[in-house]
Amino acid sequence: MASSANVIQVDTERIDLKNRSLAAFLAWLVPGAGHFYQGRHTKGSLYLVCIMTTWMLGFALGGGHVVYASWQPGDRRWHYILQAGVGAAALPALIQGNRMRKMTDKGVTSRSYEPMWGGFMAPPHRPVIEDRTDEVSAWYATYGAGYEMGTWYTMIAGLLNILVIYDAYAGPLAVPISGRKKKDDDDSEQQADSEQQAAGESDSGAAAASSASTPEAKS
Amino acid sequence: MISISPTYLMYYVPLIISISLVFGATRHEDTQTILKHAFYTARWITGFMAIIFVILLLINWMV
Repeated sequence: MASSANVIQVDTERIDLKNRSLAAFLAWLVPGAGHFYQGRHTKGSLYLVCIMTTWMLGFALGGGHVVYASWQPGDRRWHYILQAGVGAAALPALIQGNRMRKMTDKGVTSRSYEPMWGGFMAPPHRPVIEDRTDEVSAWYATYGAGYEMGTWYTMIAGLLNILVIYDAYAGPLAVPISGRKKKDDDDSEQQADSEQQAAGESDSGAAAASSASTPEAKS
Repeated sequence: MISISPTYLMYYVPLIISISLVFGATRHEDTQTILKHAFYTARWITGFMAIIFVILLLINWMV
């Protein structure tokens, strides 16, 4: 049975958010999964298609090397924090990154290190030094602007999923102030019109006398 | 006038579609309203970027 605290009404539709925390977790794990759990299938499909397409497009543009987890000197991959917003799709990078970290000593990777899964989401070999030829610069040289754009695409996909997680947890975000203000103005105008109309119908004589006494009418 | 290949601008298309739709969907529940909001968002972002583009072109022309 739905708890009233978890039922909200948006655009004349009643939404049962069910277990909000679980929905948010599912939304992080797979974009749109939280909405499927809540029975919001249209939005769930939209999120899944939009976010995963953006993510995979970026991943392909960068030759599969744009998503990796690393916090080593010379290669602090802060981008991964945003990329991890898409959940399960970015998790292999954590496993690869942790394995690489264990095999790295003072910024240099052990010679015996071999990445798993054919190097899928694996960090580059160490050392990575700015302005020197290394594996990262080889990726840049090979994929050109695609490497940069791929990084951006995957980061944006992760950021978009943060909005989706919020939507799964608490329902749609508030309409921006500008839009709400316009709607309020329209509503107040309509209300004023209807009040004026009602007053005119009920007492047309008094209304006419009242308007005649105003400065505008006298002039 | 433009130092990059115009094909680079194609990178913008999937992004604007994705961002607008997700942005609209996180604010509404009704599909028609979502699409309408997405259209307005796409138009606003495109217009904003076009204005910045023209300003940069003018600066480039003046300098």
